[in-house]
Amino acid sequence: MRTGWLICVLWVVCLAGLGAAQELRVPASASAGEEATISTTGSGKATFYLLGPGVANKSEVSLGEEIHLRSQDLRSAGDYLAIVCGETCRSSSFYVTAAQPAGLTFLVHPSRVPAGLGEAITGVALPFDQFHNLVPDPVVVNFHLTAGNASLLSRAVRTQNGVAWFRTNSGKSAGKLEVVATLGTVSASRAVQQVAADPCNLRIKGQRTPKGIVVETDPVRDCSGNPVPDGTIVTFSAAGADGRSTVDAPIKQGVARAQIEASGPQVISVASGVVMRNELRVGGQP
Amino acid sequence: MKIILPIILVAVTAGLMVLAVFGVGQASGGVATGSVMPSLSGAAKTDTPEGAATNFLTEVQRRNWGRAYAALSNTSAVDQQSFTQEWTGSNGGLRTFSSLEKFDVRPMHATDADADMRVRLRWTTPVGPVEEVRDFHLNHEADGWKIVWHKMQLPSVPAQVVPVTYLRWDLVSGGSDDEWGSHNVDAPRVRIISMNAVDSAEGSVVMGEVVNEDTVPAFVNVNATLVDAAGNAIDDESSFDKIAHVLLPKQVSPYRVDFPKISLKNVKNVRMDVKVTLVPASADPVIGVMNQKLDPDAKGKTVLRGELLNQSGQTVNIPHVIASFYDNTGKVVWVADGYVDRALLPQSSEPFAVEIPKALAGKVQNFHVLVNQYSLEKS
Repeated sequence: MRTGWLICVLWVVCLAGLGAAQELRVPASASAGEEATISTTGSGKATFYLLGPGVANKSEVSLGEEIHLRSQDLRSAGDYLAIVCGETCRSSSFYVTAAQPAGLTFLVHPSRVPAGLGEAITGVALPFDQFHNLVPDPVVVNFHLTAGNASLLSRAVRTQNGVAWFRTNSGKSAGKLEVVATLGTVSASRAVQQVAADPCNLRIKGQRTPKGIVVETDPVRDCSGNPVPDGTIVTFSAAGADGRSTVDAPIKQGVARAQIEASGPQVISVASGVVMRNELRVGGQP
Repeated sequence: MKIILPIILVAVTAGLMVLAVFGVGQASGGVATGSVMPSLSGAAKTDTPEGAATNFLTEVQRRNWGRAYAALSNTSAVDQQSFTQEWTGSNGGLRTFSSLEKFDVRPMHATDADADMRVRLRWTTPVGPVEEVRDFHLNHEADGWKIVWHKMQLPSVPAQVVPVTYLRWDLVSGGSDDEWGSHNVDAPRVRIISMNAVDSAEGSVVMGEVVNEDTVPAFVNVNATLVDAAGNAIDDESSFDKIAHVLLPKQVSPYRVDFPKISLKNVKNVRMDVKVTLVPASADPVIGVMNQKLDPDAKGKTVLRGELLNQSGQTVNIPHVIASFYDNTGKVVWVADGYVDRALLPQSSEPFAVEIPKALAGKVQNFHVLVNQYSLEKS
C-alpha cells in the first residue's frame, strides 16, 4: 500500500519536473498552525496536491492566483511537498517549523532516592508547541529544586535539539523534593521522595522477661540523622547454647522490637539489609 | 524336553504364589509398603507388628478414622477427635489440604511383647509431595498388635488481645488521563548480593541471596538462564517457591533455581534476571525462628531444626521456611526449604526441619533462615 502510494507520488513529481508551463512559489518559512500562501503563475484550472506529515490534500485551483493553505493543514512540523498539475505538473517543497513552546514534558528520575546520594537525581525537559511538535530551537529552561523551604538547586539550561537536562545530588534530609521546570510562562512540576539511606549506628538494648528476652533498637536513623522508614526489616540474632534464634522484625514507630525465647546466656546481634552493627550480651535466667 | 520346561515354569510360578500368600508380612526385617490401591490391597494380618502398622496406615489413608482409632492400644492417651485432628489438620494448615499417598513400614526393634516401627509417610499437598518419618511403638495385646499413640501437644491459645501497631503499604495508581511522566513511581531497587552455581544429584542448581535495598516492599522473582559455550541458551527457570517473593525494605531472601537433568559441565555462563514490581504489603505477622541447630535426623541426614514463634495476633496457615547455608568463606553453598504442615497460631510455636545434602553437610559453617507465610485471609 505504502509502496503504491510512493510510486504515485514519484510519478506525479516526475511529471511535475517535465512540465514548465506554470511556476509555483512556496513560503520561505512557515510556522505550525499558521496559515500560509503559495503563489502560482500561468492560467487556467489545475489540481493542487499538498503532502506533508499527517496530511494529504487534493483541491482544484486557478493558476495565477494564490493558493491558501489552512492552519489546520500545517499543524505538524516537518517537510511538505506542494504539487500543481495543469497541462504539466510543477512541485516545490517547504519546511514548517514548530510554533512557540506551549508545554513542557518533564521527566524526573528516580521517584524515590536515598538522602545524601551523589548525582542521584536527573531531570529531562522537552518543550513542545500547542500542536505537540518538539521545539528544536534553543530555548532556556529553568530548573528549581526545593525541599521544604530550602532551595537545593536553581539552574538555567539551554535546550539542545529540543532537550534540556540536569543531574544533581539528593538533599541531606528525607522528605518531599519538589522539582520544577519553567519555560517562560509554562512550567511543570514533579515530586521526588527523598528517603533515609541505610541505617547507621544500630544500637540495641535487651531485657529479660519470663518468656525470654525482649530486645529493641534505639530509634533507627541513617548517617544524616533521618529516621529510617517504618517497615524496614531489622534482623536480631541471638546465639546461645541452645542454638541460634533469629527474628526479622519491622521498624515500627522508629524502633524495631523482637522477643527471643532463650533461657541461657545469649549474644545478640543486629543487622539491617547488609548493614551489621553492635552485639549485646545477655546473661542466663537465674 | 518340550514337556519339562512348561512343568518347571508352572512349578516355579506356583511356588512364588505360595510364597506371596504366606511369606509376606511374616518375614521379620522386611519392608511393608502401602501404595495407594485401597480396593485391591487386602487387609494385612495384625498378628505381626508390620501388619498391624500397615493396617493402621491403610485405614488412615482411607480416612476410616473409627477403624484406625480401633487399632490403637488401650494405653494410648488420646480421644478419637484429637487423634483424627492430628491426621486431618486444623486451622487451615497444610495438613488440611493434604492426603496420604503412600507409606512404608520398617521394623526397628521387636520382641514378643512390643515392637518399634519406623514409618515413612508420603503426603500429596498443594505445594508438592512432602515426606514425613515417624516412629510407632506397638504392644502385643490380647487381640493382636496395637499402636501406642501419644497425644500430640497442640498449642492451646488462650483468649487474649494482642496489641499490634499495624503497618502496611498501599498503592495508589494514577488515572489513565495522566500526563506522560507525571505520576511514575519507580519499581523498588532490588539487588542480587550473591550467586553460586553447583551440580547436585538432580541437576544444576543456581542459588544465592537477594536484598530489597529500597524503602518500599517489592515482589521479587529471580530467573536464571544457562548458556553454553556457543552462547546459546540451554534452559531458563525461575526460583518459583524457593524464594520469599514479597521482600520488605532491607529484607534479604535466599533464592534457588533448579535445572533438573542439566550438568554444569555443559554450561559456560549463567544469566541472572530479577523481576521486581511494587506491591501492597503488610509488615505483619512477625515470625521468630528460635533454637536453630544442625542435627542428624532419623535417617542419618543432617537437618537444620528449630521452632517458629508467631509473635503476632494472626494465624499463619502455612509457614514456609527457606534457609541459606554458608561455608567458612561466607559463600552460599546451599538453599533449602520446607513447609510446616500445621498452622502457626498466634503467640505459639511449631517445629520445623530442613534437610542439607550429605555432600554439603561438612562444609556448612553458618546459616540464615527466613520465614515465608501464606494466610488464607490474604489469598
